[in-house]
Amino acid sequence: MSTTQWEAVLSMPVMEDRDHIQGPADAAVTLVQYGDYECPYCGAAYPIIKEAQARMGERLRFVFRNFPITTSHTHAEQAAEAAEAAATQGQFWQMHDLLYENQRRLRDQDLRAYAEQLGLDVELFEKELAEHVHAGRVHEDFLSGVRSGVNGTPTFYINGARHDDSYDLETLLGALEQAAASAGEG
Amino acid sequence: MSRATFARGEKVLEVTGSSMASHATPLPPGTTAPDFELQSTPDQTVSLAEFRGQPVILAFYPEDWSPVCSDQMALYQEVLPEFRKFNAELLGISVDGVWSHLAFAKDRNLHFPLLADFEPKGEVSRAYHVYRAKEGTSERALYVIDADGIVRWSHVSPVGVNPGADGILRALENLGKEGAS
Repeated sequence: MSTTQWEAVLSMPVMEDRDHIQGPADAAVTLVQYGDYECPYCGAAYPIIKEAQARMGERLRFVFRNFPITTSHTHAEQAAEAAEAAATQGQFWQMHDLLYENQRRLRDQDLRAYAEQLGLDVELFEKELAEHVHAGRVHEDFLSGVRSGVNGTPTFYINGARHDDSYDLETLLGALEQAAASAGEG
Repeated sequence: MSRATFARGEKVLEVTGSSMASHATPLPPGTTAPDFELQSTPDQTVSLAEFRGQPVILAFYPEDWSPVCSDQMALYQEVLPEFRKFNAELLGISVDGVWSHLAFAKDRNLHFPLLADFEPKGEVSRAYHVYRAKEGTSERALYVIDADGIVRWSHVSPVGVNPGADGILRALENLGKEGAS
């Protein structure tokens, strides 16, 4: 029942040297999330994805791309840029997790505190945020989402096809396992 | 924020439910877009004719405060700079009155005109074949109209489905290709 006439596909393929990725490149299933750090639905999805990763292990590759809806979420853009700034210091996922675990505390001073907590070069981190060094990257993610049919957050793609069903753990895992099975057959 | 957690499921319900087969057929490409003049604020009106010479995106939507609409309009606000690259004007249209539109736009930080198809109710929606008489609201419908006032793309979604912005951007890109010939 998950197939609708609104099927959409990922317009920008996953790139190992560009994207933020957890899991092996040859995993049976790739799950791409377009997310907003201030979006409560993304916050709800965060532990579900962790659990799916724990259960599927090396069979799952997870990719996160930015889709800040700044008209609704005033801190979303800065938070996205903060994660990208952490990425330049090799700590994207650590920052990503901290942001989702502290969704209601995303003011500039909070972001600075997370950078300190992670032992980042805080001066560099703050400079990059102030100069919006990563705004282009965030926007590129956003546009790739728009062109892939992202219409809200979170939006998921499983092996390139938009997942239009619910993302409760059971449904999401079912869809991931199904994709893994059909990838194995092919 | 009344949208249910794990809300993507509701889209499927909408599509497999009664709204799947019954939504309207919009005016097809090549049709001259019916002109209109509607209020955008208590003391301002907007007419289609005033945008002759540039593309216009019409986003008909059912109601100001329903959750899917809000996501859709928030998304369009976010994508507005991309629409502007095509020199396109975005107009939202629903049967809500101007004061509702003003409050909605302020609450959601929307910076494009929301037009009130309010009196006679739904007249413009009817002219564009996207009025739902039973519900008394517009369909969730998109039109891209070219610089000469001709419909170049139209699309009606099931009411519960946010159509996103990709279709609009594609239509605007195609406009450029046709315009060059």
